[in-house]
Amino acid sequence: MSAERGVLYRKWLDRMMLGMTTLCALIAIAVLLLILGYIAIRGASVLNWNLLTQLPKPIGETGGGIGNAIAGTLILIGLACLVGLPVGIFSGIYLAEFGHGRFGSTLRFLTDVLTGVPSIVIGIFAYTLLVLPMRRFSALAGGFALGVIMIPVVTRTTEEMMKLVPSTLREAALALGAPEWRAILGVVVRSAGTGIATGVMLAIARIAGETAPLLFTALGSRFWPRAIDEPAPALTLQIFNYATGPYEEWHRLAWAGTFVLVALILIINISVRWLTRNPYRTGH
Amino acid sequence: MKEPKDLTYGPGAPDMRAGVFSNIGDRIFRGVTLVFGAMIMTLVILMVAEMTRNSTLSFRQFGLGFLSHSEWDPVHERFGAWPFIYGTVVSSLLSLILAVPLSLGTAIFLAELARGKLSVAVAFLVELLAAIPSVTYGLWGIFVLAPFLRQYAEPALAAAFGFLPMFRGTPHGIDMLAGGLILAIMVTPIISAVTRDVLMAVPRTQREAALALGATRWEATKVALSYAKSGILGAVILGLGRALGETMAVTMVIGNRPQVSGSLFDPSYTMASVISNEFTEATSDLYRSALIEIGLLLFLVTIVVQSVARLLVWRVGRRLKEAKA
Amino acid sequence: MIKKQKAVSAIQWARCLALTVGVVLLISSLGCSRDRQATISLQGAGATFPYPLYSKWMSEYQRLKPNVRIDYQSIGSGAGIRQIRERVVDFGASDAPMTDQDLNAAPGKILHIPTVIGAVVVTYNLPSVNGELKLERATLAGIFLGEITKWNDAKLRAINSTLALPDTAIVVVHRTDGSGTTNIFTDFLSRSSPLWQQRAGKGTSVNWPVGIGGKGNEGVTGQVKQLPGAIGYVELAYAEQNKLPYALIENPAGEFIKPSIGSTTAAAAGIISAMPEDFRVSLVNAPGRGAYPIAGFTYILIYQNQAHTAKGRALVEFLQWAIREGQEYASAILYAPLPIELVPRVYNKLRTITY
Repeated sequence: MSAERGVLYRKWLDRMMLGMTTLCALIAIAVLLLILGYIAIRGASVLNWNLLTQLPKPIGETGGGIGNAIAGTLILIGLACLVGLPVGIFSGIYLAEFGHGRFGSTLRFLTDVLTGVPSIVIGIFAYTLLVLPMRRFSALAGGFALGVIMIPVVTRTTEEMMKLVPSTLREAALALGAPEWRAILGVVVRSAGTGIATGVMLAIARIAGETAPLLFTALGSRFWPRAIDEPAPALTLQIFNYATGPYEEWHRLAWAGTFVLVALILIINISVRWLTRNPYRTGH
Repeated sequence: MKEPKDLTYGPGAPDMRAGVFSNIGDRIFRGVTLVFGAMIMTLVILMVAEMTRNSTLSFRQFGLGFLSHSEWDPVHERFGAWPFIYGTVVSSLLSLILAVPLSLGTAIFLAELARGKLSVAVAFLVELLAAIPSVTYGLWGIFVLAPFLRQYAEPALAAAFGFLPMFRGTPHGIDMLAGGLILAIMVTPIISAVTRDVLMAVPRTQREAALALGATRWEATKVALSYAKSGILGAVILGLGRALGETMAVTMVIGNRPQVSGSLFDPSYTMASVISNEFTEATSDLYRSALIEIGLLLFLVTIVVQSVARLLVWRVGRRLKEAKA
Repeated sequence: MIKKQKAVSAIQWARCLALTVGVVLLISSLGCSRDRQATISLQGAGATFPYPLYSKWMSEYQRLKPNVRIDYQSIGSGAGIRQIRERVVDFGASDAPMTDQDLNAAPGKILHIPTVIGAVVVTYNLPSVNGELKLERATLAGIFLGEITKWNDAKLRAINSTLALPDTAIVVVHRTDGSGTTNIFTDFLSRSSPLWQQRAGKGTSVNWPVGIGGKGNEGVTGQVKQLPGAIGYVELAYAEQNKLPYALIENPAGEFIKPSIGSTTAAAAGIISAMPEDFRVSLVNAPGRGAYPIAGFTYILIYQNQAHTAKGRALVEFLQWAIREGQEYASAILYAPLPIELVPRVYNKLRTITY
């Protein structure tokens, strides 16, 4: 009798708990859809060509857009890549190929530490390192801060991806008489290219949405970005200012800006996922 | 995260390297990659050095009392970081309390229940939550979450649990609860993704053995969970790391008031938020120095949290490999 | 996130990436070449209080002088002071005059150029209340000290007997950033209440006894608008443009004054004879009938010795334009123009700038 009830109870518990986990997954997805849905509704309704291409107008005048902020964000991403890609990729190569000693493991640890450093702290760092000596807020300082955020992501992806390349490929190259550096660059890095590129794109998606490190570096501007040693506008800064402001017009622009930003980031994420899907892979 | 285990086979095998370095090109190449690697190291050291240098003024002035004093008074230049430490810790813990069950549930669903395409699709959607920028969460928090909390959720909580001090006070909607909720949404994808990976790394044999003994699926899952528990703990700590350092979204909804209050309906302030709000405008050197000291503190805490988390996740990985071997 | 990779499309990927970076750089160079000619760009940062006016001025001025590009970021008066001290901007802006200590810490002599006068209003969010709220000085201090916590408090009802004040909690909203608006407002509170003087004092950022924080005049206005029962202090233009109500404030003469351009100008008129040579003066509790008690000059901060000739000249020319022709834009967006007697004095001060 008691054993019978035990079985029933265990079956009930099984259903119940597994049902709960399904519910959890549904809640997580519901939250995502709630946020994205809200952005889509509020953002898409105000989106138009002028908004995407024009400069912001002074308060009190209607119209105006976020064109300069979009351009500014792209430039900041470009600058961040100039800083982050070489350092990230080459350090990744170092870790994968030569990073077996104590220096390698220290470097690996520091890279992990850098991953976790709050972006606001990196903002302070860029301010003291670049803004104060240069005597200006600048796109360069903003790009540098974003680049530093990119570095650890790119480094670790590069390392991981290179380690997945079968060593037979490298051995074949070496056997053909190629020097090791050619074997590494021409065969191993190239074979790992898809994975590295994926990591880079995801890093770009991440920095595109960063606000905190830009507050004291790129500063923001109401003009088109002009030179890298001048303050630059950025979509995220613009959204932050507009969202916390009191004007209805600003709120409208904030939603539109968010829509553009989130669309950009989701497109990167989804296309990366789609391009790197593996047709031969079964299950996970 | 995956450590090379077999040095006789694979990239970096020492026997392959012997003698090859006579080639000058190889040496240059190795040197170049080393220089870039050293750059990362320099960067981190420079970061610590700069922040230490810039916070000495505040450290000399307030010493260790900086951590425990709760006064933040720019007029009289008395600075204590306790309200920010408190706000950061409480909002992060609150977010974990909300996010951990949700994330574990989601991860179990993904690793144990869902199959094939469904699992991949759901996992991707949950990961998308991590891709949404912080400022977007803040915007959504201000215009959607805060009014909802103020009008419905907080009055309801106050009515139901008003006997608890944490649910007393005026519902603002811009408060600790809003900060914790936003953070919970932001850390859920991280915790669930890492937990899912850890669970999937648990050998099938563990579950199959349990099932063969007549266990239900849930009981088999529990076996897998206990097998992976230190990895799951690592996942939670990784989430904690994210929550501690999060800036913009929290700044936009937490109310930005340096106070230590037991009520979740009271505005609060976090370490990252105070830096983002006050850093550019700290007029006196001591003020700025105090802010940088908070930044340094945040940095050090993050290092500890990251190290512990990585260690835990890595240990599970190693144990599983040993089990397979 | 990615477990295994197939190497097939590596080259396409590399190309794809190169293309992306290329496009980004192309766009940036396009953006850069847009106005590459001999443009002079000036960077300013600081007070949020006059931001609506400054952004208007800068866009009007650009129509007059297309080759001068002035960019202004409203990041708070404290930031204006700090950043001009660090010389990372060409001019700072603040509603709070710099302290002697700050002036001495700067690497050169900094001039205060008053541009307009603004009134700080006490705005509130009480949807059910129609009619004008009156606030005594002690009551206002009591609210910001956290002693008066309900809108239907006896002290508020006594003076506002005609209003149906609700039984709602008062939510104080204040600035989180270093702010000249805060400086003017806390100056007023300090003079109104000894307890305030002792507990918080006056400054660009103070240790607030109660309330929640918003960043900038924009942030506080936004918070007040979002929170029923809220009370906060913002620049008149911000309250007006957002159609938020604002209270009548008791002045030293015992009159309840509605903030307006007229009552702000009256405050300035009362102080003009006592104006010091460096223009650092407070308009709080200015003497004279009809003078609104919470007002102040807003200043542009510049170095007397400009390092860069072309920039220095452009900046001085802009400021000369702003204190004369620019004044006509002020009242349209609710700033009181400089008193006419003061303009020549400021103009002469501008002529002492070397470049």
